[in-house]
Amino acid sequence: MNICVCIKQVPDTTEIKIDPVKHTLIREGVPSIVNTYDTYALENAARIKDAAPDTKIVVISMGPEQAKNALKECLAIAADKAYLITDRVFGGSDTLATSYILSEAIRYVETQEGKFDMIFCGKQAIDGDTAQVGPEIAEHLDYPQVTYALEAVIDGESLRVTQQGPEEKQVIGVEIPCVVTFTQPPFDVRYPTIRRKMAANKAQIPSVTSAELAGIDVARCGLKGSPTHVKSTFVPVHESKLVLVKEETVEDSAKKLIGLLSDAHVI
Amino acid sequence: MEFKQDDMHAELRNMYHEFAENEVKPIAAEIDKNERFPEENVAKMAEMGLLGIPFPEKYGGTGMDNLSYAQCVEELSKVCASTGVIVSAHTSLCAMPIYLFGTEEQKKKYLVPLTSGEKLGAFGLTEPGAGTDAAGQRTVAVDQGDHWVLNGSKCFITNGGPAEIYVILAMTDKEKGNHGISAFIVEKSFPGFSVGKHEEKMGIRGSATSELIFEDCIVPKENLLGELNQGFKVAMVTLDGGRIGLAAQALGIAEGAIAETVKYVKERKQFGKTLAQFQNTQFELAQMQANTEAAKLLVYQAACAKDAHEPYTQLAAMAKLVAAQNASDVTRRCLQLFGGYGYTREYPIERMMRDAKITEIYEGTSEVQKMVISGAMLK
Repeated sequence: MNICVCIKQVPDTTEIKIDPVKHTLIREGVPSIVNTYDTYALENAARIKDAAPDTKIVVISMGPEQAKNALKECLAIAADKAYLITDRVFGGSDTLATSYILSEAIRYVETQEGKFDMIFCGKQAIDGDTAQVGPEIAEHLDYPQVTYALEAVIDGESLRVTQQGPEEKQVIGVEIPCVVTFTQPPFDVRYPTIRRKMAANKAQIPSVTSAELAGIDVARCGLKGSPTHVKSTFVPVHESKLVLVKEETVEDSAKKLIGLLSDAHVI
Repeated sequence: MEFKQDDMHAELRNMYHEFAENEVKPIAAEIDKNERFPEENVAKMAEMGLLGIPFPEKYGGTGMDNLSYAQCVEELSKVCASTGVIVSAHTSLCAMPIYLFGTEEQKKKYLVPLTSGEKLGAFGLTEPGAGTDAAGQRTVAVDQGDHWVLNGSKCFITNGGPAEIYVILAMTDKEKGNHGISAFIVEKSFPGFSVGKHEEKMGIRGSATSELIFEDCIVPKENLLGELNQGFKVAMVTLDGGRIGLAAQALGIAEGAIAETVKYVKERKQFGKTLAQFQNTQFELAQMQANTEAAKLLVYQAACAKDAHEPYTQLAAMAKLVAAQNASDVTRRCLQLFGGYGYTREYPIERMMRDAKITEIYEGTSEVQKMVISGAMLK
């Protein structure tokens, strides 16, 4: 099997703060990590490889040069090869432009690594939270897709995916090639090994620019190709206040409380 | 002596740290309370390569160095000294003498499963009547032509029980004292070998400490490690290296205790102020941090000297002496800052104080370290 895992380098949101004046993320001093959901996609690919050791895992990411650190992290955990998709004209892409560029990049990487049987993505990035890129890649490539997967296993010539529904799980069979996006599985993501970590550190990661992506329409990339415009961002303000209700009698207190709750549209 | 850390050391340290925080710390109090050997984490460490750090890839190791190994023991010991010593005893006391003194066949047969973590290792020198005084040991090995027969017992053996491969010291020529000791590689499955009493300890309770018993234990001829009657040298060289691992353990305990204390004194309020706002707290923390940083430099220097194939016996002894004394001192002072809460099992500081004490005793007491250090000064 030949698996492509799409990953994104994101700021560690457990440590992130928002500038109260500019409403932008304060990135200084915040460590970058591989998007958590993408690590679930990588772990699932690794499990497929555990069962079929001739499987190849290729990890790709669109981002600046520093995203190579995230790719190296993936090499240390399970990936065999990594490609960085990077170009100034890709900057400022929204999910539509990003998924277009990634689908073109996947076609290019296939010329180097052979055709992919499946494209794995995290269900969403923990910084943008849109959950759109994976499904859009499937549309661009015209592949079937399964979202919110907990686990995907090879079943003959197809893939058997356990999907997390709103209340229950369901098992879906999907033909390959396909796109699967992953949510948190019931198992842990494996740790890197020292040996893989050392090899990853030395790995040369090729940068793929718009020049390599023959036939890419740059008008569909970057800010120009992005119909989404962010009007504003803000930190929701959570206020809590205490109201004491103490009337002459318990009955009166209860009536007053019901009135207050009703006015506040709580009941 | 120059010591350098490169990016790889920093990255691996992050990896050790992440593993320690996510997997080791959550069970540290439980394995201490129940005296439980943390098999699940030993398996995970094996998978990651933590049980073969300073050995060449040719023998299944990772190809990293003693500095990275020391940093691994340090990171583990920040949250759980028991886990730190499991790695240290396995690496320094069993895999290392086989790497340094073993034949090519012995390395293939025993070192490879040790470095991959498939099998855990231990080292047996101490006996009820012989520890520091190695020549006082009563375990004997008799040459029976095509095999050796071992009789006797060992005590206080770290990893004794869970370990499957043991480096055992025994008298092969009683008349010659230290020059009549030989080292052997003994498998747990050899006939006549058994694991005896499990020690109940004050600290490092998650690590196994057991008695080993040899009753007409048959050891193949080819399992003599190093030359006949050269076992004392094997033991001394092994313990020299082991001191780096244990100094790193002591260093980690002190750092872990300081980190817990910094967190606590910022939260705990007395007389309307946090403890951190009192000058006594600030001065205590400053002194502990400075002493711990000094110990750290000694530990890393000893590890780097070993990596550079420079003499490191005295450096390792100084690192262990200073780091162990510092661990006991720091954990005691940290507990004092915690006050009554520190004396309870609600906080890890009392465990850290119990764990610290052993670092002044095992693999050469502080007094032995002073003998080694002054011996090198006065020769």
